[in-house]
Amino acid sequence: MTIEELEQIAKGVQLENAKYEYEVNVCMDLACASQGAGLLRDALVKRADASGKKVLIRKTGCMGPCSSGPLVRVDPDDTLYAKVKDSNAEAIIKSLGEKPVAELQCDLNEHFDKQVRVVLENAGHIDPEKIDDYISRDGYKALLTALTEMTPNGVVHRITESGLRGRGGGGYPTGLKWGTVAKASGDLKYVVCNGDEGDPGAFMDRSVMEGDPHRVIEGMAIAAYAVGATKGFIYVRAEYPVAVSRLTTALREARRRGLLGSGICNTTFNFDIEIRLGAGAFVCGEETALLASIEGRRGTPKPRPPYPAVSGLWGKPTLINNVETYANIAPIVRSGGKWFFNMGSERSKGTKVFALTGRIKNTGLIEVPLGIKLWEIIDVIGGGVPGGHKLKAIQTGGPSGGCIPADMMNLGVSYDALMAAGSIMGSGGMIVMDDTSCMVNVARFFVEFCMTESCGKCIPCRAGTAQMYTLLTRICEGTGTMDDLELLIELCGTVKDTSLCGLGQTAPNPVLSTLKYFKNEYLEHIVHKRCPAGVCNIAGATAAEPAPAEVLA
Amino acid sequence: MSSKLKLATVWLDGCSGCHMSFLDMDERLLELAELVDVVYSPVVDAKEFPDNVDIALVEGAVASVDDEKKIRKIRAHSKMLIAMGDCAITGNVPSMRNPIGAEAILNRAYIENATIQPQIPCVVVPELLKVVKPIHEFVKVDVFLPGCPPSADTFHAALTALITGEPLDIPSLTRFGA
Amino acid sequence: MTEAPFEVKTLEIDGREVSARRGQTILEVAREHDINIPTLCQMEGLSNVGACRLCLVEIKGSNKLLPACVATVSEGMVVSTNTERLQKHRHNILELLFAERNHVCSVCVSNGHCELQSMAQDQGLTHVRMPYRNPNLPVDASHERFTVDHNRCILCTRCVRVCGEIEGAHVWDIMGRGIDSIVITDLHEDWGESSCTRCGKCVQVCPTGALFDKSKIGSDHPKYPDFLPYLNLMREAR
Repeated sequence: MTIEELEQIAKGVQLENAKYEYEVNVCMDLACASQGAGLLRDALVKRADASGKKVLIRKTGCMGPCSSGPLVRVDPDDTLYAKVKDSNAEAIIKSLGEKPVAELQCDLNEHFDKQVRVVLENAGHIDPEKIDDYISRDGYKALLTALTEMTPNGVVHRITESGLRGRGGGGYPTGLKWGTVAKASGDLKYVVCNGDEGDPGAFMDRSVMEGDPHRVIEGMAIAAYAVGATKGFIYVRAEYPVAVSRLTTALREARRRGLLGSGICNTTFNFDIEIRLGAGAFVCGEETALLASIEGRRGTPKPRPPYPAVSGLWGKPTLINNVETYANIAPIVRSGGKWFFNMGSERSKGTKVFALTGRIKNTGLIEVPLGIKLWEIIDVIGGGVPGGHKLKAIQTGGPSGGCIPADMMNLGVSYDALMAAGSIMGSGGMIVMDDTSCMVNVARFFVEFCMTESCGKCIPCRAGTAQMYTLLTRICEGTGTMDDLELLIELCGTVKDTSLCGLGQTAPNPVLSTLKYFKNEYLEHIVHKRCPAGVCNIAGATAAEPAPAEVLA
Repeated sequence: MSSKLKLATVWLDGCSGCHMSFLDMDERLLELAELVDVVYSPVVDAKEFPDNVDIALVEGAVASVDDEKKIRKIRAHSKMLIAMGDCAITGNVPSMRNPIGAEAILNRAYIENATIQPQIPCVVVPELLKVVKPIHEFVKVDVFLPGCPPSADTFHAALTALITGEPLDIPSLTRFGA
Repeated sequence: MTEAPFEVKTLEIDGREVSARRGQTILEVAREHDINIPTLCQMEGLSNVGACRLCLVEIKGSNKLLPACVATVSEGMVVSTNTERLQKHRHNILELLFAERNHVCSVCVSNGHCELQSMAQDQGLTHVRMPYRNPNLPVDASHERFTVDHNRCILCTRCVRVCGEIEGAHVWDIMGRGIDSIVITDLHEDWGESSCTRCGKCVQVCPTGALFDKSKIGSDHPKYPDFLPYLNLMREAR
């Protein structure tokens, strides 16, 4: 494979597409599919055939605003239809070449205008099961450029220059990590993709793997070239069967095209990727636990150092990055580090994909430049809180993150700003809460999540989260005391400070951040036995403590 | 009476072993009697817990509604409350019913093993709490004296220190299960 | 640049200047100098897992606490092993252990020979503020020589490691996760029905009364884990 051949393929796709006058893209991602996108597509195909018009019906990955699904986008006019039913197929096909179907058209201009799509640039434009679709949009060009025009060091340098930081949550500088693995000595090195996305309400990585799997593969191949690895693993949760099947197809296609395997693109570079399925343990998103799981062992973390970059899979130097991190690689190699560096805020470069969920009008997947203000995400992209309710807080970073109160919406979204506010960027879950949420109950929900997902290896996380859950339950049920609250706070400190891995170290964050911004809600539960949001079921007015004067029985 | 301190000892859900160990101080009890008056105890006559107790030694866990009432009253009327022995501090043996529940215990005692009139008593025997808990789950405890039972030497050293105001290092004297 | 195999590092532990070989752990060096760092999951002769978190120490210039059993020394390192912060954490971790399962010392076979019990005493623990969880856990006495009482288990995994690493049988392992974790034999068969070789190493290394020898009664249960470093030494010599 050469650049010319890639261009040939791209041209082929363009010629093929040119046969059609119209392209009707149907979002087949989970949210749309569950609302009947499959039937819709069949109906569109049928109607298109019957109409005699030259229409290409294409199934694509996630287009973004899931709450408006099923979504259909008609090109070349770029008309977006929302909440489309199979019964609308006839009208849509009929409208081609005429006026768009007004009642289906949705006005999401504001929603899209604030977004910048790098990771999601192909989402909604390509069929994820067709490698040629990917190639037609500059796919694998970056890999070929890297292999034929750049040294491995040059690639690492470009990534470093871009300022890209790990998208899995920690925000470690990607270039620095690559450099470490590249320098590590060893005849065998591995490249691992962490696709064990498990935060409640987060589906960024799933959408990327399902909607644009080749982007991840290309990123990994470039990484392997840069650090000198020959073997890669993609670790995906078994709960993502569509992602697994799309990746499997994509790997097969890539091998067929000679983009994986030995002597890739007539160079001496050999690289292939295997998929490993996770068994649904959240802790396997922690890198050392993930590596243990790939090795076939129980998925429990181990103390670092040694870091995987030095001693990872089977003791060999291993580069492990998140799905979204790899998805950023090809555009950076293609367009240069400076291009990426110029997006985002001072210390957080580029864009970030967020899964916007909860009490907000437009739920779904968004990609925004870092540094964007929270209110822009909530009010403009998200369309605000529905039902006349008032925004109360935004939870970022999943169970490891914290709650940011409504009066801090002017905060710019970056690793450091979120950290300073007591939360974290995390992998990109963003849950919007309004005045119907009880913050104590929210904290309890996340602590329960961490408790059930703790692997049980270290004591503070295993027993500490369980005790935190007990204490929070007492408070929610109206039986908590000020002593319980004090103990809870002390316990948070110990669990945070002494837990072995990130799961335990961050498990207290939801409690600490709600205590920081919503302490009055805790006090209401404890002192007045009242849940301000009316969520917690506090049995009546609890009996006052028996008076000390009561006589002995 | 004099400026002697008023001492009370209380027996909640425990085996009375702590009291036995307390009495094992033997002749040192006479020394102690120079410093304190025992105003309430299983070994004296008083039936009512008095109003102004200086030191209350409490043996046993809180296992019934009665125990709970008592411990709250004791706390309200005592300057210093000492949890005496493992039952008061950890729940110890009485708490071993917690994993299986109070009902199972009552059934075993009053139904399964009863030869005549199998029935669960509803008078005289106080109602059991669902879970046996240490006393500090109900009231503030000032001093914890673990051991099953704490030895006579431990009692002597601890009480002497507490009465005279000398420094007291409990972990050097005793431990859980000692 | 290759480093000499026995390069010497100098560092400071609790204000004392000490020297160490490159690659030694902080715990090893501290013990060589009679500086006591509390441990529960660590055992000489077994791999280190850094799970109990009692051996966490403070390193000057870093806010992160490091497990002394796995963290290796470096030149000029300034280590504190017993600060107020560490004492508080150790206290809390021990309380968590006592509240987690049913550790009734007074009626335990290991009363008086238990590492958890003496650790609590050493760390000045006189009571547990956290609510006891009182789980309902089984006792497996199906083995002809030994018993496992899960009420006393602290999940240190010494049994798992000694069985896998030293005996080579890998009968013990962990099942479940988080607060529901439990040690099991084979694929959760009864111990008596398992592929156990009956060597008894697990019983000797168990720090509490979770694993014990049936032939002993009452609290007559001292354990002899010292066989382990000796056994390793003899194996290396062969």
